[in-house]
Amino acid sequence: MTRKRRRLYILLLFMIGIGTAAALTLTAFRDNLVFFYSPTEIVEKDAPPWRNMRIGGLVEAGSVERAPGSTEVRFKVTDLQTSISVVYNGALPDLFREGQGVVAQGQLSPDGVFHAREVLAKHDEKYMPPEVAEALKKSGRWQETVGLGK
Amino acid sequence: MIAEAGHFALLLALAIALAQAIVPLIGAARRDTQLMDFARTAAQAQFAFVAIAFFSLMWAFVVSDFTVSLVVQSSHSAKPLLYKISGVWGNHEGSMVLWVFILSLFGAAIAVFGDNLPPALRARVLSVQAMIGVAFLLFIVLTSNPFHRVFPPPPDGNGLNPILQDPGLAFHPPLLYLGYVGFSTVFSFAVAALIEGRVDAAWGRWVRPWTLAAWAALTLGIALGSWWAYYELGWGGWWFWDPVENASFMPWLVGAALLHSAIVVEKRDALKSWTILLAILAFSLSLIGTFLVRSGVLSSVHAFAVDPARGVGILLILILAVGGSLLLYAIRAPALKSGGLFAPISREGGLVINNLLLATATLTVFIGTLFPLVTEAYGHRISVGPPYFNRVFVPLMVPLLLLVPVGSLLAWKRGDLAGALSRLWVAAAIAAAIILFAWWLRGGPVGALLGLGLAAWLMAGALVEWAERIRLFRAPLRDSVNRAANLPRSAWGMTIAHFGLGVIVAGITATSAWQIERVLLMRVGDQLAIAGYTVKFAGTDRADGSNYFSRRASFEVSSNGRPVTTMHPEKRFFPVQGMPTTEAAIHTTILADLYIVLGDIEAPAQPGGGTPNFLPEPKPDTAWTVRVYYNPLVPWIWIGAMIAVLGGVVSLTDRRHRVGAPRRVRGAVPQPAAGD
Repeated sequence: MTRKRRRLYILLLFMIGIGTAAALTLTAFRDNLVFFYSPTEIVEKDAPPWRNMRIGGLVEAGSVERAPGSTEVRFKVTDLQTSISVVYNGALPDLFREGQGVVAQGQLSPDGVFHAREVLAKHDEKYMPPEVAEALKKSGRWQETVGLGK
Repeated sequence: MIAEAGHFALLLALAIALAQAIVPLIGAARRDTQLMDFARTAAQAQFAFVAIAFFSLMWAFVVSDFTVSLVVQSSHSAKPLLYKISGVWGNHEGSMVLWVFILSLFGAAIAVFGDNLPPALRARVLSVQAMIGVAFLLFIVLTSNPFHRVFPPPPDGNGLNPILQDPGLAFHPPLLYLGYVGFSTVFSFAVAALIEGRVDAAWGRWVRPWTLAAWAALTLGIALGSWWAYYELGWGGWWFWDPVENASFMPWLVGAALLHSAIVVEKRDALKSWTILLAILAFSLSLIGTFLVRSGVLSSVHAFAVDPARGVGILLILILAVGGSLLLYAIRAPALKSGGLFAPISREGGLVINNLLLATATLTVFIGTLFPLVTEAYGHRISVGPPYFNRVFVPLMVPLLLLVPVGSLLAWKRGDLAGALSRLWVAAAIAAAIILFAWWLRGGPVGALLGLGLAAWLMAGALVEWAERIRLFRAPLRDSVNRAANLPRSAWGMTIAHFGLGVIVAGITATSAWQIERVLLMRVGDQLAIAGYTVKFAGTDRADGSNYFSRRASFEVSSNGRPVTTMHPEKRFFPVQGMPTTEAAIHTTILADLYIVLGDIEAPAQPGGGTPNFLPEPKPDTAWTVRVYYNPLVPWIWIGAMIAVLGGVVSLTDRRHRVGAPRRVRGAVPQPAAGD
């Protein structure tokens, strides 16, 4: 095999590689991109029901309820302008607290209740998830919460 | 006083690095031995001063010197010594000092062990290494001074994030950095070769040990991080395709590709410009990883400071290093003469496929990791979750892993595919037997059965390749033993590492397919049946540590009426940070883990954020949320990683890889009893 042919082979192989990567990426992207919504956006933009999405905001004070005798938890996520009810069945993260930032991943039911599959709180006391910070900035209530986390 | 000495040492190191970046380059161009040799002295001096700075900082942490603002921010006098030390790199500034410490350590290692390198190449390598050093030292001095003082000193510090106070995690950053920064040496070798315009088989031989060392350290670092996530985060998972994990995984993938392509350069003098490109990419991805992780553009436990100047600083270094080296590559690479020819079906051909698949996999991970950043710039916040990565990554890895045993049986230059396959019949038979066994044991899903078959194929294939090398059962046994004794360490390393890969695949497959998760409310006395175990909630008590309060539960585990063990998951509260944490309890049989996490307690919350509601003695009929997982074969993931690292280390001890070893005299016969 000559150098030219080998180079051609290798080039061909790499085209195939990049092609495969592109095809795999695009098909996987179609189904698996998870959009982020703030509570206000869910209402304003009419977020589609039963699609995977993330929502973020603060856990509304006094909204956390546990169903007696089950592991189901209900709470509200707010950007201090709009609140969304969230249902979650499972154990909450250690730093899940009322008045603190939270990000939930799951699906919205047509009646506007968010069914969370995963609830993420921050990893440490000083830290606010950027999605939450942004949701609060969008709702124009960011300033009030600065310093709240400390 | 010691803090000032440390700061001063950093400045001196910067000055030395600056000289080390310029002088040897001039020397190499003029063939001036004295100027070239300056690089070796400078590299060692630079290391000495960075070491002074690093250990001064560590001293400040160990003695809890609260006049240093960094110590105040991330340490506390009541912390155990280990976490005072690991607190040094548990923050942005300190982790950057650790970074340059390891960088200069590698520079000094090249200077000391690089006796057999041509002087000009060595001078250029050390010069490039110093350029990276200048960039990072400048970055530290200008934006992240770790020795900043506070006045008046506060009585005590803020402490380290409790979930980072863990022995596994104490060593995770240094190992990860050994890997990341280790690729800087390979990068320096690549850039030096481009400056020289010459890459030959010897270059491949010099680069391999550094690649191996960096790759092994990175493997260890990633495995440790994943293990930590498994037992500390309490989610029962070991890999989440989190951007931060991906940031360390991309250099690992490219490093693995580089490891294989450097062999082709060494043995066959081919794939040279591709190998150079991989060397540049491995370090570039390490830099991108550092940028992603440390700049705060990604939300994670690793994002320390959200100071824009720092993000811009790292981004600037990134652009200079990546842009500069790729520009140099574009100019110089076409001039590299390509060497040995080979047929598509050959060892080289197999390694090209290996590289192709690893590079493609890196690309898909890269897209999935950075795509959210791109869309964010257009105002959409999205995230790319594990389903994406599983769907793109698995289809690329399956052919790669299928080909591993085949490729390593092919001869260089022109291989015999039918011959290789026929020699692998034993491995194929074992794989089939494992598939049947798993089907009998578990029934399905089909993907998991095939995954286990693939794992068996890899493990058995590695052993077949080894048996072929020593002609086991083909030659008299004594002959085989002799061959095994004389087998190069790099061959042993390959067998071990590929075997370890099989073990990892088995662990990943089994735990992904057959994990059992239960979330339930339990009161004292309640029982749960899971995977043949009976788990009984026996009660809770207090088990406070030196810097935390803890409520510890007891779960009595029995199997068929026989007691197995008692497991103690905990909920802890760290008063300094006001932060609760969860400690999972794990009972392992190596074949499976039983994993229990204590969740929320059904009790009124304490008002005012005081002590959490789980600390006071709960009423007898209080219900707890409990999560119980059964994770089959999950320990194999880390055991396999350890085996792969062992393979890397064994290969590293190959005498041809010992950078400092005197060249072997041609024709010299190795002495059988020389302990080699």
